[in-house]
Amino acid sequence: MADALILQNVRITRNEALLVAINHSIAAGEVLTVMGPSGVGKSTLLSYVAGTLAPDFEASGMVCLGATDITALPPARRGIGILFQDDLLFPHLSVGSNLAFGLGSGGTRADRRRRIDDALCEIGLKGYANRDPATLSGGQKARVALMRMLLSQPRALLLDEAFSGLDASLRHHIRTLVFDWARRMALPVLMVTHDLEDAEAAGGPVERLATANLSV
Amino acid sequence: MHPLAQRIVAFGAARVSGLSAPSALGLIPALTLLAMLGPVGAGVLGTVLPAFGYLPAAGLSTLSFDPIIALFDWPGLTAAVRLSATTGLVATSLSLGIVTLTLAGWHGTRPFRMLERLLSPLLSVPHAATAFGLAFLVAPSGWLSRLASPLTGWDRPPDLLIVQDRWGLTLTAGMVAKEVPFLLLMTLSALGQADAPRRMRVAQALGYGRITGWLKTVFPAVYAQIRLPVYVVLAYSMSVVDVAIILGPSTPPSLSVQIVQWMSDPDLSRRLTAAAAALLQGALVFAALALWRAMEFVVARLGCLWVERGNRGVADPVLRPLGLVLGLLSALAILAGLLGLAVWSFAGFWAFPDAMPQELSFRNWNRYLPGILTASGTTALIAILATGLALVLVLGCLESEYRSGRGLTQRGLWLIYLPLLVPQTAFLPGLQTLLLSLGADKALWAVVLVHLVFVLPYVFLSLGDPWRAWDRRNGTVAAVLGASFWGVMWRVRLPMLLRPIVTTAAVAFAVSVGQYLPTLLVGGGRVQTLTTEAVALASGGDRRAIGVYAVAQTLAVLLPFILALSLPAIIWRNRRGLHG
Repeated sequence: MADALILQNVRITRNEALLVAINHSIAAGEVLTVMGPSGVGKSTLLSYVAGTLAPDFEASGMVCLGATDITALPPARRGIGILFQDDLLFPHLSVGSNLAFGLGSGGTRADRRRRIDDALCEIGLKGYANRDPATLSGGQKARVALMRMLLSQPRALLLDEAFSGLDASLRHHIRTLVFDWARRMALPVLMVTHDLEDAEAAGGPVERLATANLSV
Repeated sequence: MHPLAQRIVAFGAARVSGLSAPSALGLIPALTLLAMLGPVGAGVLGTVLPAFGYLPAAGLSTLSFDPIIALFDWPGLTAAVRLSATTGLVATSLSLGIVTLTLAGWHGTRPFRMLERLLSPLLSVPHAATAFGLAFLVAPSGWLSRLASPLTGWDRPPDLLIVQDRWGLTLTAGMVAKEVPFLLLMTLSALGQADAPRRMRVAQALGYGRITGWLKTVFPAVYAQIRLPVYVVLAYSMSVVDVAIILGPSTPPSLSVQIVQWMSDPDLSRRLTAAAAALLQGALVFAALALWRAMEFVVARLGCLWVERGNRGVADPVLRPLGLVLGLLSALAILAGLLGLAVWSFAGFWAFPDAMPQELSFRNWNRYLPGILTASGTTALIAILATGLALVLVLGCLESEYRSGRGLTQRGLWLIYLPLLVPQTAFLPGLQTLLLSLGADKALWAVVLVHLVFVLPYVFLSLGDPWRAWDRRNGTVAAVLGASFWGVMWRVRLPMLLRPIVTTAAVAFAVSVGQYLPTLLVGGGRVQTLTTEAVALASGGDRRAIGVYAVAQTLAVLLPFILALSLPAIIWRNRRGLHG
C-alpha cells in the first residue's frame, strides 16, 4: 500500500519574490520532473519537502504522504529520501557504516551486519563493507549512496540533480538503477534537473519552473 | 487568509520544519559575549574609579584628581610613554613590512613554502620563551658574541647595553620576531579570498614586476582583511608586559611594566596611580590606533598616485631577496633562541667565549623538576578548562549562527577582536581590584575565566572558517536518514571536523599557556604557571633556571600541537577523504 506524494499549493518566496509555486500529486512509482535553469529555486523546493528549508525563505502549502500531513514534521520523521548531485558518503565512516547509518535502528549486531552485506550484494559490491568510501569509483559511490537512502525505508524519493555529476555512460546506468528501485519499491519520485535527457528517461509528467522570480 | 497572516503561518511552518535545535542553543551567543566582554567592561570600570581616587577596598572613597597628579609627577613618565608609542608603532610597521615584502616577492614559490613551514609552529611559542631566547642570543655574553669572539678577539663580554637598552630596540626586535609569524598566517588566510593568482596574472601580463604588481593589485584587498590583526599587533606591542620585563629597559620601564609594579606595591594607594596609568595606557593605544587609521588614508592616497604613475618596479630585484632574508631572519632568531634556551637548560660550566658549555647534563632539569611539575599541573589545568569552555561556547555560537542563517557581520568581527584591542594593562588592574573587593582574587576559577577572554577570540578565528565551509548537505542527508539534531552533530559534523577542532584546541591551549599578565594579576601572584614562573626568573638572571623553565613552557605548547597533528592522522588513517 504505497502512498502518493502530494504537494498542495506549495509556494516558496524570498523577500516577497516568488520562487516556486507548484500543485501536484505524484503517484506511487511515478516520477515528477521539475525542470528549469539553475537558480530558479528547484533545490529550494526539495529542501521544503525534506524539511530543511533555510529560515530566510517563506513557504506555504502542504506536503502530504498519502493521508499524512508531513509539512510540520522534523526531517528525521518525514520518511523522505534524498539524493544529491554528489554522493555525500560520510568520509569518516566505512562503506558498511555509511549503510548502517541509513538502516533503521533495532535488530542484533549480527542481524544488522547481515542486512548490510545483503544490501552490498544487491548493488554488486559484495565484501566492500570495510572499505574507505574515498577509494571507490564514482559509480560505486553513487550505488552506495542510493542503497544508504533505500535502507532508511523512505516513503518518497527526492532527486536533486542526482545524475549531473556523472559522466555520460555512468549516468545512464545509475539513472536506470535509481528508477528501477523506485518503481520496485513503489516510491513517488520528485526529481529536479536541468537536463532534458533525465526527464525523458523518467517518462513521467514534467513541470517547468521558468516563471520564477515574478513579484507577488 | 490575510496576506500577513499567511506569511506568519508560512514563516512558522518554515521554522518548525527546520532541524529542531535545543532551545538552550539560543542562549550561547549571549553567554559567550558576556564571557568575552564582561571582564573587559568590568575591568575598565574598575580602572576608571580608582584613577579618580575611589577605592573602597583601601578605605578611599573621595573622588579626586590626586592619582592623575601623582602619575604626572612621576619622573619616568615621558620616557615610559615614548617607549610604549615607539615600540608599538615601529614593531607593527616592521612586522607588517616584512610580511608584505616576503609575500609579495615569494608567495607561491618553494622557498616561501619552506619559510611558511618554519614559521607556522613558531606562532604558538609563548612570548616569554621567544624573548628569553632572543636575550640569550644577542646579550653581550650571548651566543652571537661568543660565536663572533674568534673574529673580534673578545675574551670577556663587551661592555654594551644590548638587552634592556633604553630605546627599547631589543624589545622592538623581540616583538617583531614574535608578530611576524602571526601576521604572516593571518595574511595567508586572507589571501584565499583576495583572488591573488588572477590579479597577479593580469599585473604580470601588463609587465609589472612581482613585488610592484603584488603591492599594487593584491595588497589593498589583503590589507582590508588583515586590518584587525594589525591593530591587535599594535595594541599588544604597545602594552606588552612579559616581553618588556625581559627585553625592555628597567629604569624607567615601559608604562605597562610600571603599572604592574605599582599594582604589586604593598602600599595600596599605589594602586590609584596604577589605575591612572592604566587609563593613560588605554588612551595611548587608542590614540595610536587613530594615528594608524589616519596613516592608512595617507598610504592609500599615496598608493593611488603611485599606481597611476605606472612604474613597473625597478627596485624589485633588490626588494625580493631582502624580503626573504628578513622573513628567514625572524624565523631563525626564534629558532636559534629556542636552541640556546635548550643548551642552557642542559649546561654545566660554560665560560665566555666558549661556543658550547664544557658539559651537558640533566642536573639543571633534576634540580628544577619539582617546581616544573607543580607549575605544569596548574598550567595544564587552567589551559584545559579554558580550552574546553571556549570550544563549547564557540561551537554553540557557530551552530546557532548556522541555524539562524545569519553570518558573522563586520560588527560581530569587531566584537571578537575587542578583547585583543583593549590593552591588557588597561583593564586587568581594574579587574583585579574588583575581584579583590569580592574576595575572589587568587582563585583558580577567576584565572580560568580571564584566560577565556583571550582564548575565545582565537578559537572563533580558528574554527569559524572550517565550520562554515562544511557542506551542509551532509547534515541534510544525515537528517533525512533519521539522525536527530544531536545525532547529526555527534555522528557526522564533529567527526568530519575533527582536524580543525583539535587544531583549534591546540591553539587555545597555547594561548592560555602563554598568558602572563592575566595569570599574575587575577591570580594575585598565587597561581603559578610555567609562564609566571619563567618571567619571575628574569630579574635573577640565572640562565640555567630560565633555560629549563622556558623550554618547559615551549614544550607545553608544542606537545598539544603534535597531538593535534597526529590524532586525526591516526584516527582517520584509513579514511582518505579526510586528509585534504
